[in-house]
Amino acid sequence: MTVDPNTLLAIVAMAIATIATRIGGLVLIRFVTIGEAQRRALEAIPPAVLMAVIAPTALVTGPAETIAAVVTALVAMRLPLLAAVAAGVVTVAILRMALGA
Amino acid sequence: MSDTGFIPNFRAGATAMAPLIVAVMPIGLVFGAVAAGKGLSGAEVTLMSALVFAGGSQFVAMDIWTHPASWAALAFSALLVNARHVLMSASLGAKLQGFSGPAKYASMLLLADEIWAMAEMRAKEGKLTPAWFAGVAVPFYFVWVTTSLAGALLGAFLGDPKVTGLDFAFPAVFIVLVLGFWKGRETGAVLAASAAAAVLTHQFLPGVWYIAAGAVAGVAVALFASRSQEVRA
Repeated sequence: MTVDPNTLLAIVAMAIATIATRIGGLVLIRFVTIGEAQRRALEAIPPAVLMAVIAPTALVTGPAETIAAVVTALVAMRLPLLAAVAAGVVTVAILRMALGA
Repeated sequence: MSDTGFIPNFRAGATAMAPLIVAVMPIGLVFGAVAAGKGLSGAEVTLMSALVFAGGSQFVAMDIWTHPASWAALAFSALLVNARHVLMSASLGAKLQGFSGPAKYASMLLLADEIWAMAEMRAKEGKLTPAWFAGVAVPFYFVWVTTSLAGALLGAFLGDPKVTGLDFAFPAVFIVLVLGFWKGRETGAVLAASAAAAVLTHQFLPGVWYIAAGAVAGVAVALFASRSQEVRA
């Protein structure tokens, strides 16, 4: 359970960089007035960011991931979050095994 | 007290977050195991999860980890991977009306993707309170830190997450969450632009530029759509 000084420095540097991004937006909106265009831009951020995070996995990683993504979305329309996630995980595990990926 | 007190509100937040707390457990274990494999001690793994608390950037850090650790490269990569937090905190920051100044900043320190997405959903219903946010964020934070440590200690016993499919848990969570932001055709355009830009960038640029590219493309389409609506009106 030792802590290497170089590792500690790296962790602290990563933490400072991350905190800067987390506080950054809050500071930003203090200096920008929120008009109609800004409001629309802010509204589009959540779906745009979430989609950007999942798109490479869901669309171009392989058939197992793409099919599991579709299954997750379909299950989510009827069942709660955890059930949809479980369906996605099970689907991807089975398909990877079946497809040898 | 009715459902306006701190404890009931905190509990409601924690209950809403329960599925994501379950989903983050395997990810924390996997992170700890990967980090231990890179030669980090249990204490170092715990420190990183507690201080950085941003899964994506922590996994990327393990990808580029060297001995001795290069703090500049790691900080720059964390900045890049977490650049989306600027957009997220700008978006959510505008919805923290019931929060005091210090509470706003404290909340933003715990702005992980999953916490942010849940808070955005709650804010859409107009019911986001500091106690509810704490209920979402604090248990999730502790589970992330403790499962990271457990993963570092258990290490090799865990097996390959690709075989169990557990690496797909978080993309799956995000797929479900993104459905919740559907508001009609305009959202479709935002999603299509974001997906196209992210996939293209992912194919041609190394690292995590794809998240920034997708986010910017989606926001640009939303702005363009609103301008063309104004022209028609």
